[in-house]
Amino acid sequence: MSTVTEAPVAPAAATERPPARGTRRRWTYFVLPIYSAGVVLYLLIPIAVMILYSFNQSRSHLPQVTFNWQGFTTQWYKEWNQVPGLTPAFFLSLRLGISATLISTVIGTLLALALVRYRFVGKGVGEQVLFLNIAAPEIVLGSSLLGFFITINLSTGFVTLLISHVMFSVAYVAITVRARLSVFDPMLEQAAQDLGATPWATFRKVTLPLIAPGIMAGALMAFALSIDDFVTSNFVSGNVLTFPLWVYGAVKVGIPPQVFVLGTFIFSVGVLIAIMTLVNQGRRARQLAKPAKPARAG
Amino acid sequence: MPEVDVRLERVTKEFGDTVAVDDLSVDITEGEFFSMLGPSGCGKTTTLRMIGGFEDPTYGTVYLGGRDVTDDPPYRRDVNTVFQSYALFPHLNVFDNVAFGLRRKKVGKEEIQRRVQEVMHLVDLRGFGERKPGQMSGGQQQRVALARALVNSPKVLLLDEPLGALDLKLRKQMQLELKRIQQEVGITFIYVTHDQEEAMTMSDRLAVMRRGRIEQLGEPEEVYDNPATEFVAGFLGASNLLDGEIGSHQDGITTIKLSTGSTVLVPSDRMPPDVETQVKVGVRPEKITIRNDSEDLPAGYNSVSGLLRVATYIGVSHQYKIDGPGGTELTVYVQNLGAVTPPAPGEKVSLAWRPEHTFVVKPSASLSEEEEEE
Ligand SMILES: Nc1ncnc2c1ncn2[C@@H]1O[C@H](COP(=O)(O)OP(=O)(O)OP(=O)(O)O)[C@@H](O)[C@H]1O
Ligand SMILES: [Mg+2]
Repeated sequence: MSTVTEAPVAPAAATERPPARGTRRRWTYFVLPIYSAGVVLYLLIPIAVMILYSFNQSRSHLPQVTFNWQGFTTQWYKEWNQVPGLTPAFFLSLRLGISATLISTVIGTLLALALVRYRFVGKGVGEQVLFLNIAAPEIVLGSSLLGFFITINLSTGFVTLLISHVMFSVAYVAITVRARLSVFDPMLEQAAQDLGATPWATFRKVTLPLIAPGIMAGALMAFALSIDDFVTSNFVSGNVLTFPLWVYGAVKVGIPPQVFVLGTFIFSVGVLIAIMTLVNQGRRARQLAKPAKPARAG
Repeated sequence: MPEVDVRLERVTKEFGDTVAVDDLSVDITEGEFFSMLGPSGCGKTTTLRMIGGFEDPTYGTVYLGGRDVTDDPPYRRDVNTVFQSYALFPHLNVFDNVAFGLRRKKVGKEEIQRRVQEVMHLVDLRGFGERKPGQMSGGQQQRVALARALVNSPKVLLLDEPLGALDLKLRKQMQLELKRIQQEVGITFIYVTHDQEEAMTMSDRLAVMRRGRIEQLGEPEEVYDNPATEFVAGFLGASNLLDGEIGSHQDGITTIKLSTGSTVLVPSDRMPPDVETQVKVGVRPEKITIRNDSEDLPAGYNSVSGLLRVATYIGVSHQYKIDGPGGTELTVYVQNLGAVTPPAPGEKVSLAWRPEHTFVVKPSASLSEEEEEE
């Protein structure tokens, strides 16, 4: 063995490192990704089918959805409002959904505030009722609501639909907002008041911004529940037709492709909102990551 | 004659069965640096919260600048608080956190800019304006909390252990800074702390609290050199306490017989007025000179003898633990002058101090009972 005095050409340190651990992966490594992909696929297939067949041609005299592929067309997008009855039902559902969302978001948020902030008689009962409301089968709620409306002599229609939709949405809003509020530090409100904020300013500048994500989530849930509700609406709609009710009625004679077009539209708006939220979060994260540089006055 | 700025009049706060603050009265004058000191759970935070308006007193009245504000909500009191838990707004960046109070008062944009920059400079956080509180260390957050309160230049600033999360160097620096701000701006500071050294160095007056009451209130030297109770003597620095019995008064000197038989002299004007015959005699460790048992006692000194058990050298001083009369442990600090050979453990020593450095307190209800509570 010779004594090497010159620096070796190859970095000696590299050979002294412990041998690299093999990247052999056991089969369990792949289970979770494959499982996740499977679930996502399962969730997406119905939507994909809907979007795909909204571009399908139809040769029948009265255009209706068929599930054999007859060629690509954007005809149904151009003629989206050409089905008698469908368009008014769709707009009614939008109007109903938006109104129900606004009302139930306000009521639900206030309810959550009351449940978290105050101690009052019947608070425990109130919380249980929220869960009961969610757990109760819709068929029960719907039929009893109808009975109730008949008893108080309220003729069924948009108003009864609205009342019913608000009723089943409030609990969802209240529970999501409450979850957000329960991790909210009440000292923050005291700090705001200490700095001269009136109760209203405190709510607007501190409480509301901090629980806004919860309110937003509750509102989206309320809208989603309302726009596709069938069971309850079927009981209390009177002679008014919502989008789901119209579609259900049309099933017997064949669904016009425009139903898929409108469905795709609703879905796209949902996706858009989701993307906007993500982008917004990303931008905020980037803003935060910006290195602090001295801000100068003037 | 400075005005009374904050007055608590026979204030009591009960939480269910707990009496957090018990019939407490205090006057705090304008521009004063007033500290509240005491063990955990003694009611310091609760007292501050009643001044700030976050807690309604069960009994009693709170005055600010002579006005009864007991029923006023926090946002109508010209008082700002630095909370023990900071309570920074997580959704706002540091600049907006600090500007929050000014914006509520509708201060102009330029002035907000200027004042926020100024105060950020003061707390050494320039350049952090864009950060969110969640991205800062505990000490930095604490300074934001301080800036957020200071920027409003309130008449009274309530500080609940505002330097608790800082390291020693920054803590010392901020202590000086706070004291400077307080003197410069003339804000009344009501300052809560666990740290007796901090309270002593910064305060004009301090109150030692225990179980919701003020045990003693006075200037730091007065409270340190003349503790009113055994509890205060023990809480403010180390103290050596010996059981004794009041003997004779003569020529302005009171003689106290220790339980071991020897006597200690105390100037009569240093005797508390309300003691009975059983008392505790105390002396601070740095007031004692330690000498060999064989050496002569300087004339007029009090002395006890004991066995040196532990000697600790900590650079600036030597600290000794001595088994004194009746088995009491005594502590002595001797400045490290390097001239004499220090006594060694195992030696018999005598401890001497001047009568005017002696203090006398009533024996408190046992301190161990206090510890059980906590
Ligand atoms: N909201 C409350 N409900 C019930 N008890 C309380 C409440 N706030 C305080 N207490 C009790 O009142 C007593 C005094 O509490 P306080 O917070 O004033 O103590 P402190 O002196 O600030 O203690 P620390 O130094 O640990 O902060 C304690 O026994 C505490 O448990
Ligand atoms: Mg406290």
